[in-house]
Amino acid sequence: MNIAMLLQMAAETFPERVALTSSGTHYTYGEIYSAAQKAAQDFSESGCEYVSVLDVSSAAVPIALFGAGIAGVPYVPLNYRLAADELKDLLERISPVYLITNDDQKQLVEGADIKKLSSTDRFLDFVLSGENIEIEAAEGGESVAVQLFTSGTTGKPKAAILRHENLVSYILGSVEFMAADEEQANLVTVPPYHIAGISAVLSSFYAGRRIVQLPNFSPEQWVELCESQSVSNAFVVPTMLSRVMEHIEGLEVKPALTSLKAVAYGGGKMPINIIKLALIAFPHVNFTNAYGLTETSSTIAVLDPDDHREANSSDDPEIHRRLGSVGKPLPSVEIEIRDDEGNVMGHNHAGEIYVRGPQVSGEYLERDAKDGDGWFPTRDAGFIDEDGYLFLSGRADDVIVRGGENISPGEIEEVLLAHDDVTDAMVLGIPSDEWGESVVAVVVLAPGVDVHIADLQAMVRDKLRSSRVPEQILFEKELPYNEMGKLIRRQIKALFL
Amino acid sequence: MSDIKPGLRLKSVVCDTEAMVIKYSGDEGISCGGAPMIDAKAEAPEKGTASDGFSDGSLVGKRYVDADDTMELLCVKPGTGSMSVGDTLLVEKSAKSLPSSD
Repeated sequence: MNIAMLLQMAAETFPERVALTSSGTHYTYGEIYSAAQKAAQDFSESGCEYVSVLDVSSAAVPIALFGAGIAGVPYVPLNYRLAADELKDLLERISPVYLITNDDQKQLVEGADIKKLSSTDRFLDFVLSGENIEIEAAEGGESVAVQLFTSGTTGKPKAAILRHENLVSYILGSVEFMAADEEQANLVTVPPYHIAGISAVLSSFYAGRRIVQLPNFSPEQWVELCESQSVSNAFVVPTMLSRVMEHIEGLEVKPALTSLKAVAYGGGKMPINIIKLALIAFPHVNFTNAYGLTETSSTIAVLDPDDHREANSSDDPEIHRRLGSVGKPLPSVEIEIRDDEGNVMGHNHAGEIYVRGPQVSGEYLERDAKDGDGWFPTRDAGFIDEDGYLFLSGRADDVIVRGGENISPGEIEEVLLAHDDVTDAMVLGIPSDEWGESVVAVVVLAPGVDVHIADLQAMVRDKLRSSRVPEQILFEKELPYNEMGKLIRRQIKALFL
Repeated sequence: MSDIKPGLRLKSVVCDTEAMVIKYSGDEGISCGGAPMIDAKAEAPEKGTASDGFSDGSLVGKRYVDADDTMELLCVKPGTGSMSVGDTLLVEKSAKSLPSSD
């Protein structure tokens, strides 16, 4: 099985249907398939061992992804926001490479073995013109379809690998072929070098749902494209949703967004107040919270639209809190919570989240992180309630061990965030001679207000207990998030060291 | 067909049906239109005709399973023949309804 099979099926079933709208240009499934085959031939002839796109979203993204699949070489999208020296390191790690980029920084390619360098426009001109050719796709199966460098919010980027069988299993297990009708369109704002950018292409193509690309997110353009392109589906990270809400709030004439039927969100923790506001502002929209990781080929659990409505309208605190849950595992994956010794935990007991299933690669180029039975330790901490809903409580690595006591930053952050004047907060552990680690916090206040550190400390002491009280609290204007809405923890830690 | 395994692509010898094996256990071959399917890469013999009772057709994108859930095939190209194991027709697997999460 090869990911290109998904495109081939779409192209043979609906060759004339529009697959993608990018910068106002439409591309059909037939055109993309034909271009992918031409790209595959060029990749093979170049002698490259990797295909890379270093650019914002464009038609080159699906064409290079499927083309690399057909040619049987890994597709490696790179993050164009990285500094030149970081990119140079990554390019050296994927040599010899066929590189598609509009980045003309000459120093990038020094040291890397570039088999062919093409600008995005030149690549598109080439693959979208001339005679059609028919190329038989490589075997796929266990070979690597996609290699993604993890965002490295804590260290050097790791090369996560996804095999054809992982990605195809994910799509077949979660998407019904051509389930979308021709009017549906999916607004894709996630960057192409992120797993959500890969899964958006595969899912949308297999579902027959047109992709509308928005290469650089802005709330103004997001709303504009929703209206002008009759967008029915969208995936957003929490920051995007809050910026859209803020933008709409400030408009005199509110956009109706009548075509919008479904919004999925993920990639970071969604603040409860934002999703509550969104449920009120867009009662006609189905919201889905999707939880997944690069190493699991995207989504492994979903909180579906009915769960959202039931939780939001329930007076039962056990049900209401599910608005903050990531829902239930997909039917094709298993999820377990384990303690440090590997024991499986019962309901409502927090531990590390383990996942198993055909879509789970759990592998890096350097090592396979799965255990002998195929379970992948996600390094995310969480628990499962009596009804099977999964809750996240931060990264397992973020757990603070103070005087032998395990403390989850999440519970302290929740208390701080409950203060009316606190808009954002992060709690972490720093080395301490006395305790091993001590609890500290960075807090963002609403503009123009003053809050005493002692008051915040008293709140935590009252709601939790004295061991949870942050010894130091710093006030900052904002917390550093990456473009996917993930906190860059090492930057915050540096404030204390 | 001796070594049927997940990922293998099969084609019908009586119609255009092609299918990818998702799950397989057992030793019986898979037929379409009443005639054994062959490796999609193999040279196709002259097309025969579907036998009675095996001509309801196969739909692209649908998954076909047996009653014991020991095998599953994804139809990747539609055709007029129906897939079976021996004389037992495979049935369309009911679609799960999951919300789009990408």
